[in-house]
Amino acid sequence: MKKLFALILSLAMVLSLTACGGSGDTDTTGDTATDDTTTSDESTAGDTDAAEENGDEADETSTDETASYDVSELKIGLICVEDEQSGYDAAHINGLTEACQELGIDVDSQVTFVYNIGEDEECYDTAVDLAEAGCDIIISDSYGHQSYMLQAAQEYSDIIFIADTGDMANQVGLDNYKNLFTYVYQSRYVSGVVAGMKIAELVENGELTEDNYDADGNVLVGYVGAYPYAEVVSGYTAFYLGIKSVYPDVSMQVQYTNSWYDWTGEYEAANTLMANGCVIIGQHADSTGAPSAVQAAYESGSTVFCVGYNIDMLTSAPDTALTSAQNNWSVIYRETLESYLSGAGIPTDFAAGYADGAVQISALGPACADGTEEKVAEVEAALTDGSLQVFDVSTFTIDGVNPTSILIDMDLDYTGETEGVVDGVFQESVLRSAPGFEARIDGITELNNG
Amino acid sequence: MSREKHAHEPWVRIVKRDGIARPKAYGIRILAVLLSLVVSGVFIYAITGLNPMDIYEAMWEGAFGTSRRSWVTVRDAMMLLCIGIGLAPAFKMKFWNVGAEGQILIGGIMTAGIMRMVGDSIPTPALLVIMAVVSLAAGAAWGVVPAVFKAYWNTNETLFTLMMNYVAIQLTSYCVSLWENPIGSNTVGIINQTTQAGWFPAIFGQSYSLNVILVLILTVGMYLYLKYSKQGYEITVVGDSENTARYAGISVKKVTIRTMAISGAICAFAGFIAVAGSSHTISTTTAGGRGFTAIIVAWLAQFNSFVMVLISFLLVFLEKGATQIASQFNLNDYASEVITGIILFFILGSEFFINYRLVFRGKEREGK
Repeated sequence: MKKLFALILSLAMVLSLTACGGSGDTDTTGDTATDDTTTSDESTAGDTDAAEENGDEADETSTDETASYDVSELKIGLICVEDEQSGYDAAHINGLTEACQELGIDVDSQVTFVYNIGEDEECYDTAVDLAEAGCDIIISDSYGHQSYMLQAAQEYSDIIFIADTGDMANQVGLDNYKNLFTYVYQSRYVSGVVAGMKIAELVENGELTEDNYDADGNVLVGYVGAYPYAEVVSGYTAFYLGIKSVYPDVSMQVQYTNSWYDWTGEYEAANTLMANGCVIIGQHADSTGAPSAVQAAYESGSTVFCVGYNIDMLTSAPDTALTSAQNNWSVIYRETLESYLSGAGIPTDFAAGYADGAVQISALGPACADGTEEKVAEVEAALTDGSLQVFDVSTFTIDGVNPTSILIDMDLDYTGETEGVVDGVFQESVLRSAPGFEARIDGITELNNG
Repeated sequence: MSREKHAHEPWVRIVKRDGIARPKAYGIRILAVLLSLVVSGVFIYAITGLNPMDIYEAMWEGAFGTSRRSWVTVRDAMMLLCIGIGLAPAFKMKFWNVGAEGQILIGGIMTAGIMRMVGDSIPTPALLVIMAVVSLAAGAAWGVVPAVFKAYWNTNETLFTLMMNYVAIQLTSYCVSLWENPIGSNTVGIINQTTQAGWFPAIFGQSYSLNVILVLILTVGMYLYLKYSKQGYEITVVGDSENTARYAGISVKKVTIRTMAISGAICAFAGFIAVAGSSHTISTTTAGGRGFTAIIVAWLAQFNSFVMVLISFLLVFLEKGATQIASQFNLNDYASEVITGIILFFILGSEFFINYRLVFRGKEREGK
């Protein structure tokens, strides 16, 4: 994998060189790189595939000189939207720490963590401050940081700015501005499988009441989402499809909180969903609010379970947490830093999934149904080898029909224009690292997107 | 007055001071700050085992360590100062305007809206004037609403202005979802990122020079207005006693409404500075609690504009220092908030000792 990765990197570098050299050519680096990856066909992890295809090209240009960097002189800054109390930020902090330790980077002296930086000019101030403090690589962990990171990147062209989860890097054409993400939809799908097993068990044991079904006889599932845009839509769709793959008769309700981290808001959103009869509460928000609400409801006699995000929710919900979908940022950070240190540069837009160990689910809770572990292992293996695709268009419908075309936005006008479906599979996180699936499929209702 | 000594004279009594010399008052305040540093030093050492001097040095570094940090500190202090200046006339009139948050947002919405809509068609200097004027007008109108209700129907202005904050926050949310970019993300993003239309231009090579110039003009202006103008005098009289004001032929209604228009306008102007002069975006956190923090600024300074400059810098210094020590020593943010809390507690506490003194048993006053 490392070799393939290096190949993409050298290719990306060559492409950027060409783009710089070509006079009057308005095409940005990102565009060129995008065109290459769009050709990838039926595959597991898109990047592996792209690398294979581009292998020949990369060989031709492998004579490129690569100046490597001294590990002991590298300085990194990480800008966090919250602090380690938030599971999402903890995942980044621990991931970067782990990656640095593996690469022999001294975390205490070479890495600066800055906490509680809002998605406003504070992010720009901090990024510039880290740049002046001598950082070579500056990373921000939240989506809303990206335009402020871009502003800083324009001013400090010799420093690399990475906006995690952002979606602008392959468009703006700056050599020092990057995006990273994971195939988190894969781990959400697996966490959905775990939830599906639980639903099947509840139905079989007759533990559900008629309140738990909708008018069409589908079991109700709830989802606490942060914001109504692609990253969240892609996540809950994957979760839903995971459930459906085990227990097909489900419908899902999504309640938004309009915040990444709002314990009370998430607690109340979960209560709303449970009041509607939902038996499983999933989440794409960063606190333990929803699991706490579920645990409280369970203790007062309701039949309800939850699936978390980022961190193991068993401490907040010991009886009801099934599992949590997780990102393993250490893998992403390690590969990124490794390629930087080798002199190959950081890819403009990089994501990886099960095949690289970049996503996972947390340890299964005691409430999980029998046989869940075996089922999870089977699904994970299929995702790893590529025989299972999460966004296989034959598994869901939009307005009653299986879609043949779903557009994805690649030019930052926030309306899709590029075809995302290739060979019957929506190419999530392949065309760009940030999730791009924002179609609303049948069976999912957004309660408060207005 | 002579009094028999009671058998149960308390060990210590609290006596109101008749008056205190200015140098002595400042002496007490400085002592309070020094004491607070000692106490937080003990706290830091007890909890973390770190050398308190290192912590204080880090706080200084965080606020003034590099020229850019200094500028950010200056920019934030100016913002806080501007709001404090806006609140001063209202509070001096004893009109409890806790609605600065909302007034800032109203100014911010106006500025952001104009910046988005006509940013490409009007040159920046003219655009800045338009945005400033519209923000001032909108803020004045927003501030007049609770003032009219107070003047004519004697509604409670504290609740009224507080509630209007929530209205302003909802309006902001509405505008954010109207202008959001990308759709669904609930953020507006940086407005005119490429053209920089409607952004404060750099003056003397510094992007925040204009913020400083505008706020300092306001500071001097407010000082003169409150201290030397007829209207400033009317505000003082209404604040001290409405009956006296009426007796003197001052229209309390008119003064209340006029003063709140000024207060609201200046707070909205702070919103204009926040959007056009620093963040270039609008969100519900654009005011970020500064509308409330500025109340401390105005009160501690006893509405003296120049003392407000010092207080604003102190508060922003504490905030920047807190962020720095959290990052540098891997302390949780709460640790630095405790330090900020200790320092503020002592500063506020010093006001008690300026107004009152302690009398210990057996030490009967000579000068009483």
